[in-house]
Amino acid sequence: MATTQINTTINGEDYTHEVEPRLLLVHYLREVAGLTGTHVGCETSLCGACTAIVDGQAVKTCTMLAVQADGADITTIEGLAQDGELHPIQEGFWERHGLQCGFCTPGMIVAAHQLLERNPSPTEEEIRHGLEGNFCRCTGYQHIVDAVQYAAEKMQG
Amino acid sequence: MIASSFEYFAPTSVDEALSLLSEHGDDAKILAGGHSLIPAMKLRLAEPAVLIDIQRVEGLKGISESDGKLVIGALATHHELESSDLVNRTLPILAQTAGEIGDVQVRNKGTIGGSLSHADPAADWPATILALDADLKIVGSGGERVVKATDFFEELYTTALEADEILTEIHVSIPDGNTTGTYLKLHQVASGFALTGVAAVLSKSGDVCENIAVGITGVSDVPYRASEVESALAGRALTADNIAAAAEKAADGVDILEDIHASEAYRSNLAKVYTRRAIEGAAS
Ligand SMILES: Cc1cc2nc3c(=O)[nH]c(=O)nc-3n(C[C@H](O)[C@H](O)[C@H](O)COP(=O)(O)OP(=O)(O)OC[C@H]3O[C@@H](n4cnc5c(N)ncnc54)[C@H](O)[C@@H]3O)c2cc1C
Ligand code: FES
Ligand code: FES
Repeated sequence: MATTQINTTINGEDYTHEVEPRLLLVHYLREVAGLTGTHVGCETSLCGACTAIVDGQAVKTCTMLAVQADGADITTIEGLAQDGELHPIQEGFWERHGLQCGFCTPGMIVAAHQLLERNPSPTEEEIRHGLEGNFCRCTGYQHIVDAVQYAAEKMQG
Repeated sequence: MIASSFEYFAPTSVDEALSLLSEHGDDAKILAGGHSLIPAMKLRLAEPAVLIDIQRVEGLKGISESDGKLVIGALATHHELESSDLVNRTLPILAQTAGEIGDVQVRNKGTIGGSLSHADPAADWPATILALDADLKIVGSGGERVVKATDFFEELYTTALEADEILTEIHVSIPDGNTTGTYLKLHQVASGFALTGVAAVLSKSGDVCENIAVGITGVSDVPYRASEVESALAGRALTADNIAAAAEKAADGVDILEDIHASEAYRSNLAKVYTRRAIEGAAS
């Protein structure tokens, strides 16, 4: 079985592994790097549970090969809290009840991170549009919108 | 959902990619954003023995202006096209089309070159690229050639690209301030792809339509220019009645797709309604 060496930086730490080219990035993150915060939902590019940030872009890591991420700087849900302090988006999900079962939450928060980076004070419609690639089967989305609004306000200071 | 095994190459130049392509022949596939190919490989609908990942080829990236044309690298992502100031200033219909594709994550990764090469009958880019009369620059072991958008799409998932060729750039003439365009799409609710997508580009003098081009995707196996609509409207006043009468011809002479999402009759009706609305949008 031929393998390819990949080097990545994940949440500020350097990783080097030999991987099979067909290994999906989400499986690399979870099973090789041991970062199980990124979830596998549909595995068919639809639900967004597997979203991580690769070189500044939110991507569905079930639709990317680990070898495509060679040299990349990756941020997963585990990389958002700093020094034990929740990231404002995580805090928003806590304060505004943005989750029930929590399965979609890592992908939702990472996608919201991209949204607020591109548009720091989004309208409700812009939030819904910005999270269209992420499905939640529990909340009905309203509390997720509230959570992102909470975070936007907090991040604006 | 694990793809079959394959050998992976990540060339950094077009020449290197081309020599890998000619070395591995039909066993090889180009990988761009991977958002059509990887899903197909996971389902084992595609089982290439060799994958040539072109995402590290700098020469295929970027969007620039040169000699009155917008030059779009095949690797420009949907998001780059949606958010580029240059695109929004010179050819806003391209940014509008990009914004209609998939969702944020898909737009971050998928490329215009990948979408055109893949030629999904429900993809968005083909409609707009046809309406803008784009030139597609292609390189292969035999050298370089330019194919007009109207000659590029041949059959379902089949384009003018040969197995040893790479689409490198898309060239679009930047129109004068008198030209306007609109892309309008009905999203298939589950997949987000176009049940019908219509791009209308026109120029007018006073009320009269001088030139008009209409590209339609999602309706047939192959995206097409609605030439009957164009000739019914060119040189005539852009009144609601004239637009509606011309739009009635949107599916004339076209072999219409029928699947679980829409019957032939429904798609044909959608083509007419979306053509009318797209022209009205472009004309207003
Ligand atoms: C969830 C989801 C939703 C989507 N929704 C939409 C939508 O609403 N509308 C829409 O239009 N598309 C949609 N897409 C498809 C998306 O736009 C793809 O990104 C695009 O069709 C293919 O681009 P890519 O760069 O990902 O190509 P890849 O998947 O890497 O390649 C696709 C094909 O093109 C070939 N290829 C790629 N680049 C080149 C090149 N430069 N030269 C020659 N051959 C090349 C490859 O060999 C392969 O056969 C969706 C995809 C997903 C996963
Ligand atoms: S697991 Fe990747 S989109 Fe659902
Ligand atoms: S909280 Fe359960 S899927 Fe979103």
